[in-house]
Amino acid sequence: MAGLHALANPAKFVRLTDALIPWCAGLAALAIAAGLYLGLIEAPADYQQGETVRIMFVHVPSAWLALGLYTGMALASASGLIWRHPVADLLAKAMAPIGAGFTLIALITGSLWGKPMWGAWWVWDARLTSVLVLFFLYLGYMAIWQAYDDPTRGARAAAILALVGFINVPIVKFSVDWWNTLHQPASVVKAGGPAIHPSILTPLLIMALGFFAFAALVVMIRAQGEIAERRLSALRLAEARSETP
Amino acid sequence: MSEFFAMGGYAGFVWSAYGATALVMVGLLIWSWRSRKAAEAALQQLEEARRGP
Amino acid sequence: MSVFGALLRRDLALARREGGATFLVLGFFLIVIALFPFGVGPELDMLARIAPGTLWVAALLAALLPLDRLFQADREDGSLDQLALLPLPLELVVLAKVAAQWLSIGLPLVVLSPLLALLLNLPTEAMPTLMLSLALGTPALALIGAIGAALTVGIRRGGALLSVLVLPLDVPVLIFGAGAVDAAALGFEPTAHLMLLAACALAALALAPFAAAAALRLSLD
Repeated sequence: MAGLHALANPAKFVRLTDALIPWCAGLAALAIAAGLYLGLIEAPADYQQGETVRIMFVHVPSAWLALGLYTGMALASASGLIWRHPVADLLAKAMAPIGAGFTLIALITGSLWGKPMWGAWWVWDARLTSVLVLFFLYLGYMAIWQAYDDPTRGARAAAILALVGFINVPIVKFSVDWWNTLHQPASVVKAGGPAIHPSILTPLLIMALGFFAFAALVVMIRAQGEIAERRLSALRLAEARSETP
Repeated sequence: MSEFFAMGGYAGFVWSAYGATALVMVGLLIWSWRSRKAAEAALQQLEEARRGP
Repeated sequence: MSVFGALLRRDLALARREGGATFLVLGFFLIVIALFPFGVGPELDMLARIAPGTLWVAALLAALLPLDRLFQADREDGSLDQLALLPLPLELVVLAKVAAQWLSIGLPLVVLSPLLALLLNLPTEAMPTLMLSLALGTPALALIGAIGAALTVGIRRGGALLSVLVLPLDVPVLIFGAGAVDAAALGFEPTAHLMLLAACALAALALAPFAAAAALRLSLD
């Protein structure tokens, strides 16, 4: 835990992430390349869904990241609120657009997978619906940062929203599940994909690894940018103050 | 080879999905990279100005 | 407790003096309901089918209207700082204000709902469930809305941001509320939906005052 607290120092954080970034980049590139090869070429087509099952290899890792990054955002927000770590707030802020991006990918790829599978571009399936709400929560979080002039207060307001939203995510999931099963009396909805066969599971896990490494990479770059921008506005503010006669 | 691209007739769906994914991921990376670069450049400029001539 | 009561009475008196807010919200509720036949056609069977959801969505949107004034008015004339200094915890201050808002706006909404349900041809068997679901749901919506109101108090153009923040959080309440009325309209038992709705309301009661108070403290220092 002491090690984690040491990260609260922006300079240390930047040094640590500087070291990690090239490794994440390498891992992401390798894993994604391997995943693409295994998923697009090696893996067999599904006997029911045909080639569209390959969409799973980008859809599922994105969905995992959509939820994972929101969880990370909530955790970072909580530590920002509890311990007032300056880095924690900025880390949460950095995760948001990345999380929103992967949520968008999950929605788009889900839709493209759903059209040949279910015959509709959009269905109010429990998963798609709760992911859509998750997307709205990300947008609200980013909007709050924008709306506040004072970044310190903005950080705390955003943190509160992230935590409230985090409680809402399982509630939405549960309520939509309930609603969905009630509104679908007789029809058979083939949830998810085929039974997870190793020839499908392996590319999926490798792609997921690549995507996670990629997400970590981009979050670290964004966080470094946010730290630089905070220092920049602090310096500018100090200058403006010292110039006033 | 053309069979690969045809994806059993589902080419539009599969390639759009992969394309959209690549677009968003690369877009996020480029955007974050450029934001960081701009902030660090401005920061460096400001710190040099403060150090004075 | 008497401080809570005094605060509640003060806010109710303010609401009564302003008066306009209640009629505005009820009028909005009415207009939104009336728009639906114009948009989807006047066919009664179809309207009856969409009535539960439509009534609930309209109530949800109407519940948004008074939110940006919930804390704003006090912040503008400086009373927010005074309220924070009361011997009452800020969480209970929030609760008192939300209670006052619900009594002056949410409760009339519940009472008016059967009349509007007639406009949409909702089966009469579903009316009690409609009122009960709104009676449970509108306090939940008010509490959740208070979180958004507290987060956006003092932000320019806070109203639009408020809706974006609050509506995703309202989704579970809407699902269970409309679901209950739908079940009743189809002749099924709405109990399960109502139980879950009550659970949402209790969760909101337990958690929202803390979140809203934390957000309010940001504008106090």
